[in-house]
Amino acid sequence: MATAVPTPVQSSIQTRDLNLWYGSFQALKDISLDIKPGLVTALIGPSGCGKTTLLRCLNRINERYGNVTTTGRITVLGKNIYDADVSLSELRKSVGMVFQRPNPLPISIRENVLFGVRVHVRQGRYGRAEQDAMVETALRDVQLWDEVKDRLKGKATLLSLEQQQKLCIARLLPLKPRVILMDEPCSALDAEGIERIEALIHGLRSRYTLLVVTHNMAQARRASDECIFMLLGRTIEHDKTVNVFLNPKEKETEMYVTGRYG
Amino acid sequence: MSIHLQREIDNLKRDLLLICSIVEEQVQKAIRALFDRDTELAREVQAMDEDVDRREINLEEECLKTLALHQPVATNLRQLIAALKINNDLERIGDMAVNIARKAAALAVEAAVEIPADFADMGEQTQAMLRKSLDALVQMDAALARDVCACDDQVDRLKKKIRNQIEEQIRQDPQRTGSMLRLLSVSRNLERIADCAANIAEDVIYMVDGRIVRHQAD
Repeated sequence: MATAVPTPVQSSIQTRDLNLWYGSFQALKDISLDIKPGLVTALIGPSGCGKTTLLRCLNRINERYGNVTTTGRITVLGKNIYDADVSLSELRKSVGMVFQRPNPLPISIRENVLFGVRVHVRQGRYGRAEQDAMVETALRDVQLWDEVKDRLKGKATLLSLEQQQKLCIARLLPLKPRVILMDEPCSALDAEGIERIEALIHGLRSRYTLLVVTHNMAQARRASDECIFMLLGRTIEHDKTVNVFLNPKEKETEMYVTGRYG
Repeated sequence: MSIHLQREIDNLKRDLLLICSIVEEQVQKAIRALFDRDTELAREVQAMDEDVDRREINLEEECLKTLALHQPVATNLRQLIAALKINNDLERIGDMAVNIARKAAALAVEAAVEIPADFADMGEQTQAMLRKSLDALVQMDAALARDVCACDDQVDRLKKKIRNQIEEQIRQDPQRTGSMLRLLSVSRNLERIADCAANIAEDVIYMVDGRIVRHQAD
């Protein structure tokens, strides 16, 4: 029947009683989730419900903003990411992030792909040939290689938005992340670009834990295996995508997916 | 159309055709069991039904899932709705083949009765209708589907004829009433299989042309 959903072994991201405040405003309330590896999990819900905030907790990028208080526990790949011995740099290596607007660096395509490696790995560790192989593998994984192989030294910022977004995904791969967080990865793209990025996400899913925030319900339906519906800082329902859209358990979910709410 | 949706529809078609082939075999074997007085074959038909039931439910779930997740329109929507309806008809055909097989098994252990001559004809015509409706489905051939619908009247006429013959035989030999009523039930089931084949053909016409042709005089 439909593409078989791989049976997940255990959760790759776990949150327990996660609460977050921006100043006195509570953006996340008692979030306890288990997100499985090898699947695409979509985070859906109306604007301001906390989807992006939740996503940003998972690689501790929220800490860049002042005035943020977090309580509760987040475990990524079995390790509490708030433990004192956790290095932010290591965390962000294994938990990559793709943003709403593609953000290639104003350097060459090749250097963009190698940027993470240069930041995270001691210089001189990889020879030229290894770097070339890394660039090719990463660009092939995101189906960009054929389009850019003859202009790897060209500026990344000259690529189309879809190509830039693929490059931003490719940039994560040489660091061998286990989790990839995507915040509205298709919102800057046209319909064809969206379809191709969705196909790409689908192709990557067996190797990574993919968590995708999306406003676009059609995209959540098409491209995710599981869905988490959030409302006013709480998770209302987390289930297989087909159950969320065919037979939701909660009234709020039903109202949201039928377009009567949010 | 998205690649996902295309893939889902291809899978659904493949599953539906698989059910078609199982059900067609059930009907064929049930009719043979009747004429050959073969209880073993009749049991086989009954055993196949579990598989058909399971596949029917799976296909229905997959159709619902595809409708909910992809919200298809136009041809894709018609294909899915037709697949849901055909799936239902196929399962009913499987049940009727089982009914025939049960009667065949009962008749096989009773003293042999004369099976009215028109039974063979009715069995063949019903199977031909079913085969054609499934061919029309595979080939998405609305013209062939229309042929199937036209055949339904012949099967109805044969059923009436058989009924008259059975009534006559009961009058002549009331001792055999039980066996004759079983034969009457077989003819009723054959006629219903033909009706379901006509339904499938109508759904194929809908799938191809987008026209609902049920309940029309011609």
